[in-house]
Amino acid sequence: MSNNNKEAPLIEIRNLHFSRSGRMIFDGVDLDIPRGKVTAIMGPSGTGKTTLLRLIGGQLKPASGTINVDRHNVPELGHKELYKLRKRMGMLFQSGALLTDLSVFENVAFPVREHTKLPESMIRSLVLMKLEAVGLRGARDLMPSELSGGMARRVALARAIALDPMMIMYDEPFTGQDPISMGVLVQLIRLLNDALNMTSIVVSHDVKETMAIADYIYVISTGKVIAHGSPEELNKSDSPWVKQFIHGMPDGPVPFHYPAKDYLEDLVSGTG
Amino acid sequence: MIGWIRYLGRSGLHFFERLGRGSIFFFNVLMGLPFLFFRFRLVIQQLYVVGVLSLLIIIVSGLFVGMVLGLQGYNTLVDFGAEESLGVMVALSLVRELGPVVSALLFAGRAGSALTAEIGLMKATEQLSGMEMMAVDPMSRVVAPRFLAGVISMPLLAAIFSAIGVMGGYFVGVGLLGVDTGAFWSQMQAKISWSDDILNGVIKSVVFGVVATWIAVFEGYDAIPTSEGVSRATTRTVVHTSLAILGVDFVLTALMFE
Amino acid sequence: MIQTRIVEIWVGLFIAGGIAALFVLAMKVSNISTFSKVEGYELTARFENVGGLKKTAPVTMAGVRIGRVGDITFDSTTYEAIVHLNIEKQYDKLPTDTTAGIFTAGLLGEQYVSLEAGGEEKYLANQDEIKITQSALVLEQVIGQFLFSKASEGGSSNGN
Repeated sequence: MSNNNKEAPLIEIRNLHFSRSGRMIFDGVDLDIPRGKVTAIMGPSGTGKTTLLRLIGGQLKPASGTINVDRHNVPELGHKELYKLRKRMGMLFQSGALLTDLSVFENVAFPVREHTKLPESMIRSLVLMKLEAVGLRGARDLMPSELSGGMARRVALARAIALDPMMIMYDEPFTGQDPISMGVLVQLIRLLNDALNMTSIVVSHDVKETMAIADYIYVISTGKVIAHGSPEELNKSDSPWVKQFIHGMPDGPVPFHYPAKDYLEDLVSGTG
Repeated sequence: MIGWIRYLGRSGLHFFERLGRGSIFFFNVLMGLPFLFFRFRLVIQQLYVVGVLSLLIIIVSGLFVGMVLGLQGYNTLVDFGAEESLGVMVALSLVRELGPVVSALLFAGRAGSALTAEIGLMKATEQLSGMEMMAVDPMSRVVAPRFLAGVISMPLLAAIFSAIGVMGGYFVGVGLLGVDTGAFWSQMQAKISWSDDILNGVIKSVVFGVVATWIAVFEGYDAIPTSEGVSRATTRTVVHTSLAILGVDFVLTALMFE
Repeated sequence: MIQTRIVEIWVGLFIAGGIAALFVLAMKVSNISTFSKVEGYELTARFENVGGLKKTAPVTMAGVRIGRVGDITFDSTTYEAIVHLNIEKQYDKLPTDTTAGIFTAGLLGEQYVSLEAGGEEKYLANQDEIKITQSALVLEQVIGQFLFSKASEGGSSNGN
């Protein structure tokens, strides 16, 4: 962590504001994603973690603030530059987002075919190499509909790394996985990060798995970064909010009840 | 009363908002077309889905519409002793109106709804987002080839419809009802003009192709990415396309055949 | 994914079929086949009244079509209609005293130009004018004349 930190972080977000249909999602977020590390962004559901990834990827535009990715301010990039930058970004969607009319092999080959003019034999070895890395070389002729959720996510991962990006963003990679594929994914994220010297951003609310692989964690809630630090630091934190989130307690600073008027009054009034 | 006026205003605003978004979308699709110059294979793939798979319904409908025209036309014309004009009547109805219009309506039901559903589902399953993040523009990679394939297919389908329809009319008129073959063809050739009738029919079907495919891909791309949203977008495609085709047809007919 | 080869074959067939259909419509259904034989020469004829004569109407001689009507224009000095007749090349032996008339095919049919050969030794050439013409019969005029003559006939018989 020490010498890499001297270089500028890969992603610098400053004073980010974003709202959607009148609701404030981010209200002045600052965060840095260091190069070559696994950085996790955590927070309860509905805090806009996925939105943050889309803002970094340039699919959404913030109301104000800067998002510097490798010294390019994403919201100000033109169409061409944005697409050029995206070639160096990988993103793993929650659903996998595999192209359903293409086989596993063709899915992984898709970005390569779109962006390079490599001969067929090289594409083949490249694709097989990526599939081997996620352990699915044998599944190359299957269609996406024949894959389990965990396998689909691994194929999507192979596709995301097909062009050897500088960074990869994982959107809720652990959600809805059985313990085995969860373990596989945890291991893969760590392994790929270290082997390919990439920068990883993991967005998740699965505390245990995320704490296990992340080098640094940002916790977001109600539009602000409310805590950040290494997993150990967060574990020791005495902020009640962080404690509630990390240990998964049902009540605390985040109330169990959605805001409502008084229960008794509600029952008696008999309307609405 | 106020409520009703407000409803009218809201629908009007909604309509113009969608029209505006659709126009911007249309412009973006046009910008995506040059990309296909290098990737014509994508268009061929879509020509299969949009054109070839619509062939069966077009051929069968064309045949039956032509045969019905033959029957009905004969029954009407024979009262005036003008059954020799059956060929003219069948061919004129087909080439000017029924060919372009009916094939466009069938196209909306067969290919347009499929386009909307496909693009809508690609959106719902994040495939379009995924492409964007892979630095592949879904506008030029997904929408533009489908649009171009639709625009190319439509006049071809309409021509096939009309040609098959004339055969159907010939089969019923000459084969079953005993109209004279020579009169059937010669009257047709004497009365139907290449530039006024057939070319105008082709122009109509090209316009219908643009309108129908535009609505279909726009509805898909603009669909709310849920299963309900996609199903509603699919319905809208068929309804809006049909209404648009009939409306545009009236305007074009008024302009062409004054 | 469907096999590329089969897709390409089908798309090829589809496009070929569509173009073939257009070709059939052009050649078999429309009058384009008659446009292709415009080689020939042009004659003009002046009529006092062309009635409902239209462009592309047939020009016949002894009931055989030998050409088509081209432009129909109006001469504002003589108040006559000038009809341009496109005659096919092989019918180049029309005497200079040929007469032209506008007739109707059947009671309600299309109007056409009928030519009748004269006895001259010289033949009409390109851009020549047919001097002797007979205007179209306008049904209302005919009926009007008929009624008028009947009425005057009745009047004269009464006088006797």
